[in-house]
Amino acid sequence: MATDRFPIEAGHIMLFARSIGDANPIYHDADAAADTEPGHVIPPPTFVQASAQFTEGYNLRPVIGEPWFGSGKEPTGIKRESSGEGGGGTGFHAEQHYEYHAPVQAGDVLRAVDKPGKSWSREGRRGGTLQFNESITEYYNQDDVLVVTARSVGVQTSRVVE
Amino acid sequence: MPLSKSEISVGDQHSEQVVENLTRTQIIQYAGASGDYNPLHTDEIFTTQIAGYPTVFAHGMLSMGMTGKMLTNLVGDGRLTKYGVRFVAQVWPGDSLTSTATVEAIREEDGVSLVDLAVSTVNQDGAEVVKGSATARIDD
Repeated sequence: MATDRFPIEAGHIMLFARSIGDANPIYHDADAAADTEPGHVIPPPTFVQASAQFTEGYNLRPVIGEPWFGSGKEPTGIKRESSGEGGGGTGFHAEQHYEYHAPVQAGDVLRAVDKPGKSWSREGRRGGTLQFNESITEYYNQDDVLVVTARSVGVQTSRVVE
Repeated sequence: MPLSKSEISVGDQHSEQVVENLTRTQIIQYAGASGDYNPLHTDEIFTTQIAGYPTVFAHGMLSMGMTGKMLTNLVGDGRLTKYGVRFVAQVWPGDSLTSTATVEAIREEDGVSLVDLAVSTVNQDGAEVVKGSATARIDD
C-alpha cells in the first residue's frame, strides 16, 4: 500500500508488540534496547504492515462521517460485495513475504511505494473459485535507502470458506 | 542472543507456544495496532450475520506476527533477512498456537553466514495454520 509518510514511532511499536504478545524489551524500553546489538528500539519483523494506519484511503479503516460495513444499529452499515453480501465470498490474505535489506528503528520515517504484482485464479476445494492478486511494496527510509520489500498475496473466494 | 554457526546443525528444531487461548481482545489489540479494522476480525454481529462465519477470527498477520516472535527469540534482534508465510488455515478465538523453526541449511553468501529455517505454526489440534520460511544472519 503506497504511503507517503510512515513514521516509525516508539509508542506505536510498543502497542504493536503487545498485540502480538511479544514482551521483548527491545520493542518498548529504550534503555534496555541500548544494550542490544541493534542498540535502539526497533520494530518487530511484521511491523511495516501497520503502515496501513498512515495510508490515505485505506479501505479497512472507517472514514469519519461515512457509513462503515461493520455493525451498528444494523448488522452492517453498508451493502457491498466484499462484505460478504451475495455469494458470501470474502477477501483473505493468502501469503505475506518480507525481505529485510537494512535496519529500521524508532525515529525513522519510511515511505512505501507500490510495484505491480501478478494475478491468477484457480478452483479451490473449500471456497469455490479463488482469485489471487499479488502486490509488492517497497519501503524506503528518510535517506532513500530501501529497507524492506513486502510481497502480499490476497485471495478472493466466491463463497464462504468452510 | 544471536545464533552462532557452531551451535546449530541442520535438522535442529526450536519450538515455542506463541499464544494460549487466543482472546478476542488480543485480536482487537492487533486490529488497533496494525490498522486493519476489517470487522471479520472484531465484530461478532457482522461476522456471524452478514459474512456467515461461526465467529470472528484472527488476522493472518496476527498469526504471522506471533510466529515471528518465536523467530526473533531464536535468531536474535534485527537478524532476519527474509521471512515469508502462507496462511494455511484460520485461527479462531480460543486457539493455542505453537510455532517451530527447523534448520534447513547453514550457508554463506557474500561473506555473510546465514541460516535458512522452515517455519510452521500449528494449533492445539496439530493442524497447521501458518507455513513458511525465514533466513537470518548468524555469527561465525
